[in-house]
Amino acid sequence: MSTSTEAKFERHEHDVLVIGAGGAGLRAAIEASAEGASVGVVCKSLLGKAHTVMAEGGVAAALGYVEPKDNWKVHFRDTMKGGRYLNQWRMAQLHAMEAPDRVKELEAWGALFDRTADGRILQRNFGGHKYPRLAHVGDRTGLEMIRTLQQHGIHSGMTVYMELTVTRLLVEPASSGRPARIRGAFGYWRESGRFVVFLAKSIVLATGGIGRAFRINSNSWECTGDGQALAYLAGAELMDMEFMQFHPTGMVWPPSVRGTLITEGVRGEGGTLRNKDGKRIMFDYIPELYANETANAEPEADQWLRESTSGVSSKARRTPDLLPRDIVARAIHSEVKAGRGSPHGGVFLDIHSRRSAEDIKRKLPAMYHQFKELGDVDITKEPMEVGPTAHYTMGGIRVDPDTQQSRVEGLFAAGECAAGMHGANRLGGNSLSDLLVFGRISGLHAAKYAKGREAPSLDVGEIEAAEREVLAPFERDEGPNPFLLHDDLKDKMHTYVGIIRSEDDLTRGLEHIARIGEATARVKVDGNRHYNAAFHQAFDMRNMLIVSEAMARAARARKESRGGHAREDFPEMDKGHFSKVNIVARWTASGMEIAEATLPDVPAEIKTVLEEG
Amino acid sequence: MDNGNAGTASKTAKLRVFRGDASGGKLEPYEVETYPGMVVLDAIHDIQAKQEPTMAVRWNCKAGRCGSCSAEINGKPRLMCMTRMSHYAEGEPITVTPMRAFPIIRDLVTDVSHNFEMAKKIPPFTPRPRDADGTWRMKQEDIDRIQEFRKCIECFLCQDVCHVIRDHRKDTFAGPRFLIQLATLDMHPLDTLDRRELVKDEFGIGYCNITRCCTEVCPEGIRITDNGIIPLKERVADQYFDPIRWIASKVSGEEKKPKAKLRVLPPDPRPTDVPAGGKDRR
Repeated sequence: MSTSTEAKFERHEHDVLVIGAGGAGLRAAIEASAEGASVGVVCKSLLGKAHTVMAEGGVAAALGYVEPKDNWKVHFRDTMKGGRYLNQWRMAQLHAMEAPDRVKELEAWGALFDRTADGRILQRNFGGHKYPRLAHVGDRTGLEMIRTLQQHGIHSGMTVYMELTVTRLLVEPASSGRPARIRGAFGYWRESGRFVVFLAKSIVLATGGIGRAFRINSNSWECTGDGQALAYLAGAELMDMEFMQFHPTGMVWPPSVRGTLITEGVRGEGGTLRNKDGKRIMFDYIPELYANETANAEPEADQWLRESTSGVSSKARRTPDLLPRDIVARAIHSEVKAGRGSPHGGVFLDIHSRRSAEDIKRKLPAMYHQFKELGDVDITKEPMEVGPTAHYTMGGIRVDPDTQQSRVEGLFAAGECAAGMHGANRLGGNSLSDLLVFGRISGLHAAKYAKGREAPSLDVGEIEAAEREVLAPFERDEGPNPFLLHDDLKDKMHTYVGIIRSEDDLTRGLEHIARIGEATARVKVDGNRHYNAAFHQAFDMRNMLIVSEAMARAARARKESRGGHAREDFPEMDKGHFSKVNIVARWTASGMEIAEATLPDVPAEIKTVLEEG
Repeated sequence: MDNGNAGTASKTAKLRVFRGDASGGKLEPYEVETYPGMVVLDAIHDIQAKQEPTMAVRWNCKAGRCGSCSAEINGKPRLMCMTRMSHYAEGEPITVTPMRAFPIIRDLVTDVSHNFEMAKKIPPFTPRPRDADGTWRMKQEDIDRIQEFRKCIECFLCQDVCHVIRDHRKDTFAGPRFLIQLATLDMHPLDTLDRRELVKDEFGIGYCNITRCCTEVCPEGIRITDNGIIPLKERVADQYFDPIRWIASKVSGEEKKPKAKLRVLPPDPRPTDVPAGGKDRR
């Protein structure tokens, strides 16, 4: 770097730079620090505010404390089935095998999960999990996890950069047979707008999801697909982007809280979904894939709930209220469309007639509080109105299952922004375990990669280009307002790339994305860079547009319905071609390129595990 | 946000919001259209999107879980996302100001870094070894109290309202949030460190004179004073002043917990010097 550029920018150097301080980022940083690496953690918000705090129901791990028959093989089978077998089997295997140790480790760092009668970690039922498997703390499991990781993490030697946005990864281009290699990151302090250059031997992206691209969503402002966009621009591939999880139960009323999450734990504790006639809806929506293991009438479903929530191994089959999320979300969508919905366009979720007021307040205190304060509903006395809300992206950065490294050397990814673990649909509770298991693996391998490597050298041209990009919105004399463009994008994504899709809609959606993208390139920001909300929004827009385009293009390429991707023009799950490929998106000079990648073969011994169930 | 079929004619609410930075500022008047269920944070977002794109506000989850959108509404410390507009009389302006115990960065955003530095001083959780079967057995009733404390979302409203902190005892007094964290560690069934000397000498528990202002503003309803600070005060007092307890503890072996030492860690990096401009880069 030339001396003038050197003097111009604040500069920090680390072996490993972790971008994102939710569960995955913190777990990665803890592991990399334990390996002796110098670790920097960058977060857009204050430490401990990441979207992980919104995870409610629990963390899935086959500890076998409540149901001794549970083990990693059952968890692995449930996960693959939930993902409609499009998961990277190796990630699902590592996840199921390592999750119990990761949960126990949190106890060693001070986490206090709810207890069984004999004093061990209590586990609850959740959608798609055969046995009670989710370690939890009431309905605030994510908060417990993030606080535990935060309090352990700040004492493990990492340096935390709060309220700092990274706008570009710095990459040494591929040359003579050597692939492109990470060398740092460029960003700015949100408070002052001042630029920062990071030199890093390796980078872990752990920036979460992309829910903010949808009108009705459960996500915080941070979930704007930053990691996916940064990786894409740096030359990594995005995979499985068509698979978007709409959580079945978001609040639908009042408008202020439309989309806010209601934990699946409500159904785990016995809650049932009913239409306006009071009929339990889910018995009409049991797919063939789950018919053998699902109760087809109320008495059996209730027997299962009663027994499995009181620590008895139930011989009854599971209630259909706890089918995987994609199935339940589409069932609600169909009921509403058929005119059998609740007054505000959802269905009813009823816990008050199933559990005592005391149980509800003890098991679901945040839900009770949330409805009372924000919805004027007392859930111990009345049903909730619920409907689908954009919640989670199964797709993300394509990584190697064993190391979490992308195709850019030294660039790793973990948690929601990475792809592969969940296939076409994620089971509830598998994201908190995902971020612990793959947070650790990514941190470990990022540290190993950095070890013994020379500090990277920076390129002035690359940094100055990044600086120009950030300043451009201030240089224009006039241009659109980024907040209104964001509103526009959310509308169009919901309408054209939403819960049910078609070729025509996706094509129209892509036209709108292109139009909004063109407008975003002309955004004008007033004032200076001092904690300037419009300036921050302009960069969130760039990232959301990249991810939205990848989602729409991948959705158009997958001509079938599977998990979190439903096509009205191809309503069936394809047993042929599309059951064997993942859709991949990559950057080229002439625009986004979409390709297919063949799903890795499942080895014989793993096939046996899958067939045992 | 989909405004839905409200069925009622929209109304207008008046707000006065602090605009400014460390060098000064003033309350600016705004009007916003209201809709059912609207909270103060919705009104601020509406102003930001349609009237003042540069307005600075922190928020994340908008569901009362993350504790980011702390401010003072009509002078009372509250989360903006959990404060309904309908809570206030129609036609009366709602005044929104930043937390006063912390330095202002811009508009509604304050510098709360002091809290993160305080957190680092607290000697971390140090558990006893696992039981023979690899678990740690704990009874639910033995952890109910500290699970209440661990509901803390670190909104720092308790720190904001605390008159000891407002009266500039920031460096010698940890404040309610961190006394609760110290109480959590003290009551944790697995923890093995004795932090009482630090609680008294470094974290200044003696400065708290139990006015319960913190408990009143806690959005999680944690009984900070009665369940946390008072028992912690008693534990510290026992150690120093109760000879009978002292003898009893010698017999029971309670005093064998090793004494914790204050942590000294470097501060996290913060943006330096004056804010940079837009076009003028420095």
